[in-house]
Amino acid sequence: MNGSASLRNRLNTVVRDIPRSGIRDFFDIVTTMKDVISLGIGEPDFDTPWHVRESTVFALERGATHYTSNLGYLELRRALSTYVAKNFGAEYNPEDQILITVGVSEALDLALRALLNPGDEVLYHEPCYVSYRATILFANGVPLAVETRPHNGFRLTRAMLEAKVTPRTKVLMLNFPNNPTGAIMSRADLENIAAFAVERDLIVITDEIYGELTYDAPHQSIVSLPGLRERTIFLHGFSKAWAMTGFRLGYACGPAELIEAMMKIHQYTMLCASSLSQKAALEALIRPEQDVTEMVNEYRRRRNFLATAFADMGVECHRPLGAFYAFPSVAKFGLPAKEFALRLLADEKVAVVPGTAFGECGEGFVRCAYATNMDNIKEAMKRLKRFTAKLPVR
Amino acid sequence: MDELLKILQNNALELPDNIARMLNIPVAEVQKKIAAYEAQGVIRGYQAILNEEQVDPEKVTAVIEVKVTPQREGGFDTIAQRISRFPEVRSAYLMSGTYDLLLFVEGRSLREVASFVSERLSPLEGVLSTSTHFMLKTYKRFGVLMHKESTDERLSVSP
Repeated sequence: MNGSASLRNRLNTVVRDIPRSGIRDFFDIVTTMKDVISLGIGEPDFDTPWHVRESTVFALERGATHYTSNLGYLELRRALSTYVAKNFGAEYNPEDQILITVGVSEALDLALRALLNPGDEVLYHEPCYVSYRATILFANGVPLAVETRPHNGFRLTRAMLEAKVTPRTKVLMLNFPNNPTGAIMSRADLENIAAFAVERDLIVITDEIYGELTYDAPHQSIVSLPGLRERTIFLHGFSKAWAMTGFRLGYACGPAELIEAMMKIHQYTMLCASSLSQKAALEALIRPEQDVTEMVNEYRRRRNFLATAFADMGVECHRPLGAFYAFPSVAKFGLPAKEFALRLLADEKVAVVPGTAFGECGEGFVRCAYATNMDNIKEAMKRLKRFTAKLPVR
Repeated sequence: MDELLKILQNNALELPDNIARMLNIPVAEVQKKIAAYEAQGVIRGYQAILNEEQVDPEKVTAVIEVKVTPQREGGFDTIAQRISRFPEVRSAYLMSGTYDLLLFVEGRSLREVASFVSERLSPLEGVLSTSTHFMLKTYKRFGVLMHKESTDERLSVSP
């Protein structure tokens, strides 16, 4: 063997050819700088609620340090069954229709690997979470990106899907409330998508990790629509609503046949999710309401503040209705999104993520996360205003 | 609770302009609401939350349990209000349980607090007995931790 080129040639070609996440590249630049205000962080700034942390310590003391059932603690699956029924409008049997995973990321990977044969197509909407395209490719699927646009609040329509679907399309992936756009879907929007999925006999994978975080209208889940539960894998987790990102805990709910198939992969690759994280999640579910409501109220205040600040500086931004991201358009300054972000970072030490990290159609946009405290948001908006005032408008 | 009060309780110095943006209402409405709360006495004042141990390490705070005789007509209020008027008394509460009033009393020294108890408080008509506990260290006041929490450990950019 001689050198790194030959090792590179030995890599699986799919893995070799997929670029690293654009976020990772940007992160590497930001970490070399001091005193940066970051609007680039895709996780809550709130601490995990103290009762959850305290009960995790207690679980550790009590010795909850062993393997759990492959599906996860039954007690947790029961609590989730109740929670999902109440908040998302679909009932799942905790015995065989719920699988506890290492974050939604693992659940998504399992779902795609369980469903796809080489060449099967997956419809998904962009801009989207950075991993979707790569996860589809790793599972030997063919990604079909559908572009969403600000003129209708980055919502997905049936017409957009019709334009891309082919007879080889097997899966439709959804993510609302959306990272990075903050878009949500109304019930009527979802009904059109649901009718499309039924007509085309598609399996739906819906990532509702931001489901608790909506600010003007309550979240609607596609699983609650008639006939969809039977063809949908519902993905959720504890990272966002309970600020538990590092616990790495997610779950999938779906028809028993699909959960069984996902469980097989999980069983042979992961065995089970962390026992301590599962105990923590159970505690989070026992007293969830107050924790989540407080956070949602604070995010709403920040969202309102940001929306007004963008309007003040003449930067177009569709009103984010969920998650904790604003996705303003910076196209009028005539700079590519990455260039805009790099210059903003260099001149004003504010980090935002170029929209292109979330798909090609994110060009002309930047993602600003408001998961940072109000003082930082105020200062960041002040600097952004100063920065954009200097830029010539195309 | 009104979100406006929540914001002010968290930071009384927040500018009406910023509050208006956060709540998505006009600035004039924010100012009107604050004025109304002040007039109604819902907002009683604005104070800084100090780490007293840094400001004056010699200062002494005592928590005093007081048993009193409720008075005809005034009940507990008459005696409690009389006690509350002493400037040394920073907080006073009527309690359920084995005693009646709970006082937080501040003084420049142990002696000063002791003399307040023996010369002012105990001789009051209606005060049956007192039990004084001196505070040793403050960990949290008004919902604010007095020790520094570790800084943000999140990655500076994440998906």
